[in-house]
Amino acid sequence: MQNKLQVDKAVRTVLLISASLSIVIVVSIFIFIFRSSLPAFKEFGVQGLLGELTWRPANGSFGILAMIVGSVMVTLMALVIGVPLAIATAIFLAEIAPRGVQAVVRPAVQLLAGIPSVVYGLFGMVVLVPLIRRIPVAGNSGYGLLSAAIVLAVMILPTITSISEDAIRAVPRAYTEASLALGATHLQTIFQVLLPAGKSGIVAALILGIGRALGETMAMIMVIGNSVILPAPLNDNPLTVFLSQARTLTGNIAVEINYASGLHASALFATGVVLFMLIMIVNVSAHAFLNRSNALAN
Amino acid sequence: MNAIKLETNAYSLFYGKFRALEDISLKIPEKQVTAIIGPSGCGKSTFLRTFNRMNDLIPGVRTEGQALLDGEDIFSMDVVALRQRVGMVFQKPNPFPKSIFDNVAYGPRVNGIRDKKALDEIVETSLRGAALWNEVKDNLGKSGLALSGGQQQRLCIARALAVKPSVILMDEPAASLDPIATQRIEELIRQLVEEYTIVIVTHNMQQAGRVSDYTAFFFTDESRTGKLVEFNLTRKIFTNPQDKRTEDYITGRFG
Repeated sequence: MQNKLQVDKAVRTVLLISASLSIVIVVSIFIFIFRSSLPAFKEFGVQGLLGELTWRPANGSFGILAMIVGSVMVTLMALVIGVPLAIATAIFLAEIAPRGVQAVVRPAVQLLAGIPSVVYGLFGMVVLVPLIRRIPVAGNSGYGLLSAAIVLAVMILPTITSISEDAIRAVPRAYTEASLALGATHLQTIFQVLLPAGKSGIVAALILGIGRALGETMAMIMVIGNSVILPAPLNDNPLTVFLSQARTLTGNIAVEINYASGLHASALFATGVVLFMLIMIVNVSAHAFLNRSNALAN
Repeated sequence: MNAIKLETNAYSLFYGKFRALEDISLKIPEKQVTAIIGPSGCGKSTFLRTFNRMNDLIPGVRTEGQALLDGEDIFSMDVVALRQRVGMVFQKPNPFPKSIFDNVAYGPRVNGIRDKKALDEIVETSLRGAALWNEVKDNLGKSGLALSGGQQQRLCIARALAVKPSVILMDEPAASLDPIATQRIEELIRQLVEEYTIVIVTHNMQQAGRVSDYTAFFFTDESRTGKLVEFNLTRKIFTNPQDKRTEDYITGRFG
């Protein structure tokens, strides 16, 4: 008996250590990045880094505002393209597709998640960029926000689709039955009962999608052009802003860290801190949104 | 006897090759409570779900024979229109995770009623009809899930009434409720029968005795195929059953 209790205690300890490990890792990564970015923050201040557009390491300008805008813009565009597609696919898989079709579509979508991002980048460079280059606008190289957003939309598709599908499937069958028994059609049931009831899972899917989009590096470097400029329209038509080149926060770090030293390296770590913060903001606001809507639902 | 509201003729139902219901002919009178009793697995619920075609949701279900509502063939009706005429209350209260108001307004809304005033009126009438209005009238914005089990079930009844059906199917509506909540539901059933035809599946013999005017006794053997053994006025079924199996069942010898 004594022995059994000791085993119990030992197992608990092992489990606790395992669970704590991820916290320790996250905290140590954050501390490491933050400490490495301190010299840059001390030298230029928050305003000098986050509020300045000019990034010219050779001249000692380390403004990362253009990259913040680049990352946020390409992420938003990817969401606009990818989210409706992903949720529509999720609804189709969870509610509409017959088993045979599900058996083809679902693995196909999941396979998208397994493709390495460098392959997406390659596809973007070889297929998408030449296509977009055909849009006749002076200064359009094909490389830029639009190409990057389309690639990114495809990359976040599998995550958002499969988690949203799970969320829709997890809605109790009793809700579906109640809705149908009240004379609602299948589509009315989907849009007025299943999606609202599966909202928290769908929002979780969006957060993961946003996290993936903000963090994507290799494919972005390959198709977004990487010019450190604030995205702007190429001519009088404001829509041409989408053809503008840009650089993402992640791309900034990956492209320059190999040869950076001193303040330059520190400024790249500051870029990492900003990325970290952006993802935190997304998570916290999503939680706030969910808490508020759950409070309403109860 | 009142006019016939629901009727089946030589009705059978199959799940794939398995015959779940065999050759059931039954006439359910209008504005009466008809109880369907019988042991577990005898197809009571399946039979009940014939009348709003909820069995359509199960793949591989096939039927033979006739099922009629007001003399019209149920299987050739538009299923959405059918379900507006035949409401249903389920065993476990299943309000939507929405406000009380939105729960009751759900049916009218999906049927195209958008006018706020009309909805307000339907919601009040339905909640009054389900004897819930006085308890919730100041909290219509509260979540339906925040109510007690008995209140949730009355909310589900109100939600069904809001579609203005003429028939209400109840699938063991009090099975998950405590005795006091059960009593309130039973009282409500007796009120509702003034205006609606009610068919109730119940495991509870006393309940069938208390609330129903007519009783249908379903039974099954090793084949697991449900059959109708006896249908009659409830008091006759309980005092003078014609079939030995009915007698054994209601006296509690099995089931």
